[in-house]
Amino acid sequence: MTDFLLELRCEEIPARMQQKASEDLARLFTEKLAEAGLKAEGIESFVTPRRLALIARGLPLRTEAVNEELKGPRADAPPQALAGFLGKTGLTREQLVERPDAKGNVILFAVIEKPGRATSDVLAEAVPAIVRAFPWPKSMRWGSASQTTESLRWVRPLQGIVAILGEELVDMEIEGVRSGFATLGHRFHHPDQITIGGANDYVEKLRACHVVVDHAERMGIIEAKAQDAAAARGLTLVVDRGLVAENAGLTEWPVPLLGDFDPAFLEVPPEVIQLTLRTNQKYFVLRNAAGNLASVFICTANIEAHDGGAAIIAGNRKVLAARLSDARFFWEQDKKTPLAEHARKLERITFHEKLGTVADKVERVAKLAEWLATEGIVPHCDPALARQAAELCKADLVTEMVGEFPELQGIMGGYYARAEGLPDAVADAIRDHYKPVGQGDEVPTAPVTVAVSLADKLDTLSRFFLIDERPTGSKDPFALRRAALGLIALIITNSVRISIYDLFHASEPLSKGSPDMGAILAADHFNDFIIDRIKVQQRDFGVRHDVIDAVVFLGGDDDIGGERDLVRLLGRVKALQLFVETADGTNLLAGYKRATNILKKEAQPPIAYDVRNGYAPEPAETALIAALDAAEPRAAEAIANEDFAAAMAALATLRAPIDAFFDNVTVNDPDPEKRSARLALLARMRDAVHGVADFSRIEG
Amino acid sequence: MAAKPDTLSFQDLILTLHAYWSRRGCVILQPYDMEVGAGTFHPATTLRSLGPNPWNAAYVQPSRRPTDGRYGQNPNRLQHYYQYQVIMKPSPPDLQDMYLGSLREIGIDPLLHDIRFVEDDWESPTLGAWGLGWEVWCDGMEVTQFTYFQQMGGYDCKPVAGELTYGLERLAMYIQGVDSVYDLRFNDAGVTYGDVFLENEKQMSKWNFEIADTEKLFRWFKDAEAECQASIAADVPLAAYDQAIKASHVFNLLQARGVISVQERASYIARVRDLAKGSCEAWMKTNGWAA
Repeated sequence: MTDFLLELRCEEIPARMQQKASEDLARLFTEKLAEAGLKAEGIESFVTPRRLALIARGLPLRTEAVNEELKGPRADAPPQALAGFLGKTGLTREQLVERPDAKGNVILFAVIEKPGRATSDVLAEAVPAIVRAFPWPKSMRWGSASQTTESLRWVRPLQGIVAILGEELVDMEIEGVRSGFATLGHRFHHPDQITIGGANDYVEKLRACHVVVDHAERMGIIEAKAQDAAAARGLTLVVDRGLVAENAGLTEWPVPLLGDFDPAFLEVPPEVIQLTLRTNQKYFVLRNAAGNLASVFICTANIEAHDGGAAIIAGNRKVLAARLSDARFFWEQDKKTPLAEHARKLERITFHEKLGTVADKVERVAKLAEWLATEGIVPHCDPALARQAAELCKADLVTEMVGEFPELQGIMGGYYARAEGLPDAVADAIRDHYKPVGQGDEVPTAPVTVAVSLADKLDTLSRFFLIDERPTGSKDPFALRRAALGLIALIITNSVRISIYDLFHASEPLSKGSPDMGAILAADHFNDFIIDRIKVQQRDFGVRHDVIDAVVFLGGDDDIGGERDLVRLLGRVKALQLFVETADGTNLLAGYKRATNILKKEAQPPIAYDVRNGYAPEPAETALIAALDAAEPRAAEAIANEDFAAAMAALATLRAPIDAFFDNVTVNDPDPEKRSARLALLARMRDAVHGVADFSRIEG
Repeated sequence: MAAKPDTLSFQDLILTLHAYWSRRGCVILQPYDMEVGAGTFHPATTLRSLGPNPWNAAYVQPSRRPTDGRYGQNPNRLQHYYQYQVIMKPSPPDLQDMYLGSLREIGIDPLLHDIRFVEDDWESPTLGAWGLGWEVWCDGMEVTQFTYFQQMGGYDCKPVAGELTYGLERLAMYIQGVDSVYDLRFNDAGVTYGDVFLENEKQMSKWNFEIADTEKLFRWFKDAEAECQASIAADVPLAAYDQAIKASHVFNLLQARGVISVQERASYIARVRDLAKGSCEAWMKTNGWAA
């Protein structure tokens, strides 16, 4: 057993690609070795801006010898078949082995012995193959080899390969780069070659040359030292793991340094400052004891500077000051124009070629938001405020600041609205109307915000459905799935009571007289899409899709088919799921399925049940009838009152009588009258269950 | 802040870079005598990056960005500024080291200043070109664009050229420690950058934004486009490319005048790209190079 070290050194790898590359290298290496029948006891992988490295521990020195068997023709096959097989295997007839198969035919087999190979030979082939096929998201050609487009592609020019098995070099050459024991240390601290002995001294030798090869360790250093620097100033670091990882991807020897900027810049909204620092400069921000942004930044240098970093901090301060001046300029410029005036420029922005401009969209959203408020669908919402907020909600898209930082859409609108003295409810609605943008994002509850956010998402969805631009497979260019999840979350969180179809038609009223078939179909697609999204959304909360189907496909409730009021739908689904997972629920489901199976076999639907005309029912029949007489009105009343737990409790009372019925009563009685009466009783039981949910949809 | 006398003046910065890259085998060229938006437009880069022949060159290129004009009011933004451009084909294996050597040469010590190569992929829709590389940061400031050209004029670069574009004013401001471009020492005899260029910025900003006759500009664009196409047809790609450059600059002026709508913008860019690509195609053809 021995260890293998591989280092692929190149010019600076983009930070965002490093971690995936490190995982890919480990995975591809493991796969290539497995193909040769080798397995390491453990694999560690490392990545820095300038190197991808891997240590495989506990590799055998040779692969095992293996016998490979090739199945040939039957012993009595025509001579041409045999000759072909001998040609392919390079063996003679005498060397073939005869084996009978299951049918008693004799089959010829070639047994080819494959001797074990030296692991170093396997590696010398595997590594170049991995390098040539490496899945970089973007790769390039370089240097004199790039005379042809067939030359090696790598993320940036590949410069060196270290490949050492135990203490021996694994010799290989990839496009003029030959493996060796030498690598380079830190670009500035140790630019000269250093010689690596093998897997055991790699990490420490590089550390001595100012290179921390482990990405996670660099992240730890950055976070800890940034925390220390913050604490020394009595401040708190705003921890941003993505930013820590990015800085770890930009440094081999990370040195966080703290600097100040002019506190006068703090008049600019903190989100702007944070983004300027983060996006443009990759700096960390800090907060003071009161939780406000401090006029301090932390940058992460890649060197231990002679002067302790004074020049670096001074340089970064200057750059930051220029950036923040730009931001402050935008902030002041934008505020000079009222939002209503900005909003006029939305006429120039196309929303979608078939759906008009953003200004057109804004007008539709304003109408919808006002309607949601006027109708009380969003309760306690002032229609005038809802309209005003909706009319201004997209105005910030044409401001300088949002042009610079598109991720501040909404947020800037909120600031500008407040700056011009608009009501808080309007400013909040402008700020938050994009929410929620994903699972786990905060769901608005302020009425005006709910109205605008709901109207915005509904308009997007219904318009794209009306032009038949629905998501397909992995394609969802207009992020309609996300819009639907947002819509659902808003409805459920705020108990907005409206059916899916009413919602759609609020946005696109059906014309009277000759309804547009396209719009009717779009409404159906919209409904199906929302139900589908509910399943996705509720899966995370453990709600079963079959239970949702049982309520959705219920006959004859709202609109066409089942439950279309999302609030009621989910209430019912949750109660049903609780019930079907109890013993009563499971048994009732079993009894229900038994009953429906019997009924399915009948060509004719059973006649109405009336025992008075005929025979004396057995006690279990009488008991079931009594149970149904009691349960049916109870369940119906409970459903009407939206007390779904009570509806389930009513169904639960049927369980024992149904079990007793199946135990004691023969449905298939020779007397046609009894048989038909009992079938009718089963049908009544089924219908009673269907009053609550379509149990046939429930699995198990 | 007073300028430190032990640092390079603006012109010495240029002379130092010239001497440095000259020693590394580059042809030291003079600026191209046409208005361009970036050093890359110089035919010494655009056209010479095509084809198999080795080519190493360095030059200063005045770059015109009409929309960046600020009437001399902004300490960092100019409608006319200088780029220092190095092109080496095929890209040498030690181009990064050579580049870092040039920084040391102009007085930036990489153990005192934080030099970083930060991912930045370059793309020029008007030239039909793209490459991979970095923006080089010095203490958080972008001082150079470093690119390995992969395609130019829609053609694969065979071989790939390495391109360095230094922002000269930024570098000089950094080295001299001044906060306004106009305070730069242009030479060591008391002339500042402002003495040389402040008035130009005022007048040219006014012309770019307010005076330039848009009717004429539209006509010039059409004329340059037609002349470029005619030159391509006549197998004089160098002349055609000059007209492509002209059309590109006129388009930039039209943008500064604010007379090109968002929708039109894309179509103008496509027209300039067609001219540039057509010139590149003709250049490949006259040289007998296969795509």
